[in-house]
Amino acid sequence: MKVGVVVFPGSNCDRDALHAAQLAGADAALIWHETTDLHGADAVILPGGFAHGDYLRAGAIARFSPIMGAVRAHVERGGLVLGICNGFQVLTEARLLPGVLRRNATLRFEHRWVTLAVERRNTPFTWRVPEGMTMRMPIAHGEGNYWLPDDDLDRLEAAGQVVFRYTAPEGNPNGSARAIAGVIDANGRVCGLMPHPERASDAVLGSDDGMLLMRSLVESMARVEVAA
Amino acid sequence: MTLVEEPLVQTPLHRRLGLTDAELTAIHQRLSRAPNDLELAMFSVMWSEHCSYKSSKSLLRTLPTAGTDVLAGPGENAGVVAIGDGLAVAFKIESHNHPSAVEPYQGAATGVGGILRDIVAMGARPVALLDALKFGWPDDHRTRRLVDGVVRGVGGYGNCVGVPTVGGELTFDPTYTGNPLVNVMCAGILTVGGISRAIAPTPGSMAVLFGSHTGRDGIGGASVLASANFDDGSAAMRPSVQIGDPFAGKLLIEATLELVEGGLVEGMQDLGAAGLTCATSEVAARGGTGIRLDLRSVPLREADMAPFEIMISESQERMLAIVEPAHVDEVLRVVSHWGLRGVVVGEITADGDVVVVDGETELARIPARALAIDVPEQLHEAAPPTRRRLAPAPGETPLAHDGLPERGMDPGAVLEALLGHPNLGSRAWVTTQYDQTVGTDTIEGCEHAAAVLRIKGTKRALVIATDSQPFVALYDPAQAAALAVAECARNVSVTGARPLGLTNCLNFGDPNKLDAYWQLSESVRGLGETAAALGIPVTGGNVSLYNESPLGRIAPTAQIGIVGVIDDVDDLVRPQFATSGDIVVLLGETGPGMAGSAYERLAGAAPDDRPPSLDIAREAALHELLRVAAADRVLKSAQDVSSGGLAVAIAECAIWSGLGAELQLQVAMAPAVSLFGESPSRAIVTIDERNWNSLARLASSRRVAARRLGVVGGDRLRIRLVGVGATGAAEERGAGVADELDMSLDVLRRAWTQALPRVLGKVA
Amino acid sequence: MTAFRFSVSIMPRSGILDPAGKAVEAALPQLHAANVHHVRVGRRVELTVDADSPESARAAVDALAKDMLANPLIESWTIEAA
Repeated sequence: MKVGVVVFPGSNCDRDALHAAQLAGADAALIWHETTDLHGADAVILPGGFAHGDYLRAGAIARFSPIMGAVRAHVERGGLVLGICNGFQVLTEARLLPGVLRRNATLRFEHRWVTLAVERRNTPFTWRVPEGMTMRMPIAHGEGNYWLPDDDLDRLEAAGQVVFRYTAPEGNPNGSARAIAGVIDANGRVCGLMPHPERASDAVLGSDDGMLLMRSLVESMARVEVAA
Repeated sequence: MTLVEEPLVQTPLHRRLGLTDAELTAIHQRLSRAPNDLELAMFSVMWSEHCSYKSSKSLLRTLPTAGTDVLAGPGENAGVVAIGDGLAVAFKIESHNHPSAVEPYQGAATGVGGILRDIVAMGARPVALLDALKFGWPDDHRTRRLVDGVVRGVGGYGNCVGVPTVGGELTFDPTYTGNPLVNVMCAGILTVGGISRAIAPTPGSMAVLFGSHTGRDGIGGASVLASANFDDGSAAMRPSVQIGDPFAGKLLIEATLELVEGGLVEGMQDLGAAGLTCATSEVAARGGTGIRLDLRSVPLREADMAPFEIMISESQERMLAIVEPAHVDEVLRVVSHWGLRGVVVGEITADGDVVVVDGETELARIPARALAIDVPEQLHEAAPPTRRRLAPAPGETPLAHDGLPERGMDPGAVLEALLGHPNLGSRAWVTTQYDQTVGTDTIEGCEHAAAVLRIKGTKRALVIATDSQPFVALYDPAQAAALAVAECARNVSVTGARPLGLTNCLNFGDPNKLDAYWQLSESVRGLGETAAALGIPVTGGNVSLYNESPLGRIAPTAQIGIVGVIDDVDDLVRPQFATSGDIVVLLGETGPGMAGSAYERLAGAAPDDRPPSLDIAREAALHELLRVAAADRVLKSAQDVSSGGLAVAIAECAIWSGLGAELQLQVAMAPAVSLFGESPSRAIVTIDERNWNSLARLASSRRVAARRLGVVGGDRLRIRLVGVGATGAAEERGAGVADELDMSLDVLRRAWTQALPRVLGKVA
Repeated sequence: MTAFRFSVSIMPRSGILDPAGKAVEAALPQLHAANVHHVRVGRRVELTVDADSPESARAAVDALAKDMLANPLIESWTIEAA
């Protein structure tokens, strides 16, 4: 089983995600955005960074990269996709996840350690997180302010698609609606979050909580049924 | 042409380009003929202070550069030192002061881009950025905009390219009002065998220019050349500001590293100041070769650029690779994979000349050495200013009672004011705008005095710090540079690391002014003597002169950057208190001298007071003690004593850990000296009670004083003052007892946290 | 006093590198829009000025554009009454 980490021009957390996936026990490789197939990857990570510079709007250009056709087909077959930070932005721009990530309410890039409540543990991305545990990891973004109209937010919450929420002591760092930090698609196969689990991958860095997510993903690959 | 222009034309072109008559004569000698306008333009940029260091070279030659670990020293794009495990670190600090004053966001962003390319050109992957920023007092809206723009610019570039910003300095002082300082340091990791050099060694090899197109960026002063061809209005409109494109910068980094790691290049040089002129002449001069450059092949952003504009353009995100003919196709393939344009712009020749051609037409021919190496140095006269206060030599007995501050004060209120000062308070308002953790190696980021980054695949960690002492420099620049080197090395050593190399950014005024040149020469002397005594080689740096504005000259600022390594990251010692009940120990002796201290700037000092003295042997002994104690796992925490003195150092340990302390301090001279004096060669460490004997033994065998001050714990910081200085007996001013310091941690933390937002008008 | 509404379009000055425009243009072939070129990205600010005359209102906007909305070294602007 193999994890593919997509590299867009301007991705800058690709090697970090690769390292964390390998640390979680995966056979993992980088996939250049101009290719049109996943080279046998069973799960895909869209990493953080500034794909194509993100000058226009985060993720707006990356969604048209050739690799995104393969990612979409992978999703349609029921494959797993994790979007971290810029990867989350790309997934929302590609309409593979609901919502929009607007500029932070502070109007500034924000790098902070945050605390996350895990709202759903029965997903391929979170099943290894112990019940009731809050997770510590960094955020580092200028556009992470999650937004949907209120009605849609109600539906999203009712469907159990909110996976991560910012919680105390630091609270909501960027103005996200209902403190949403990460969501999952209706089928439970595509997950995106603004915080960086791959950076919370070793106690010496301040936390290894993120490895629970990486291990959940890596160990889910064999359990999730993907159509041929 | 209009008549109005006529007086301008009277001034000879070389002078309008900033060359002196003597320099023009020297150009005639080197060419054995008169230069044409293009050649004159090329000389003018290469012989500028910025590129040639003509005013500072004679001073810089005195710096100690040798060291067993040094793989590349001054003269390369960056210094390189070996760190073990077959790895090395490339590092350098550089200024981007004047561009940032004009356009703060772009000035700072291109400063970051430029230093990143220097590191990448050495074949190293950048792993850390640090920024040392100095501004005027931020009570006017112009300075606040500068702060805001510079911080956004540093973050905008570093965040986008994915190199964490992990440390730096932030200083406010009225002397920087018209002339802010933006100094950026970068460190990168490479293999010892993978070092790349800025050299063109082989005639017949090709010069490949890759990255962004060449536009009219940063042509500035040389735009006078355009007025010969265009009307004056259009010349004045030539943009002198460079624009940063971090996305292109990121692609350039990846492409360059792939080329170096693939062994596809003979040499690599980034394009910065003086653009193609500098890059081509430097690689050829270093290689003892020449280069023939065809302007027709240079990709241009605007079609109608004149040859001089192409040759001196400072368009960002460009790199020059020197490539064997057999590798050219592969090089172009790698470059285009990363979405960048790469073209062969020239060929390396054996004749030693930089030859600029347009197709078959020769436009310029200048010996590469004449542009890059054989530059006439400018010798300057130095004279000290009439008002100065030199620090006493070590061991010199200060005159009885001279310079002691008043005893009567409320030490708690002073501590709160110092922690609430923007030069000492938390930088979080700035550093939360920097990505500090990308790369997943950051162990210590911006909040403490030294950055610590693990090196994946090894047990080692890099430790990096940058420091300066501009306020001491106003009194005694040599002492300030010495103290900055000592402090920076101490900041590295308190973590348990060994300093390996030093880079410096010398920010000074107009060298043609006697006292400004004295400030520069004295600083270089203090820097060199101290680095030599501590055994730290100086591997490079940058000089920025003419830092003056109508408002005056900046405080002399020698910004020091030191990189060290800790062999086993498990030995790392952090600054914050660890555990309640631990013993707090002061290592080193407190000495007099409040001039240049944060306390002095708050409360004033006696007119005959001086900066503190530095005993370099004691400083070195302290550093060794800190390393040995760290390796022996004796220390629970270690923090250097510097700005704001002992009380601020201890308060920071408490604020960062949430643990208070109950301490008692022997006051020999005056409470302010003991609590807030900034005499060097001291550290605050904490240990488990049972390790006291071990620490005392390690300290006494190195003749470093070790005094128990008390214990960690509680939610208050209490420091009782005892001894002759506390009672006033030392000053013969009576026998009253000084107030003790007793503050709640909450109050101290609030002062420290709000220092910056309050002064910037951004209270959270 | 009358309220005058303006829009200010701020663009990178001609000859100045426009990284945003360049990045958008570089991505166009992926969208099969290779016939689109010379992309430039700027921003637009809308504002209302209370003034005695349209001329003084426009002068106030121009001063604001020069001081704050744009940096004249790298950006140009046009003001339109809206």
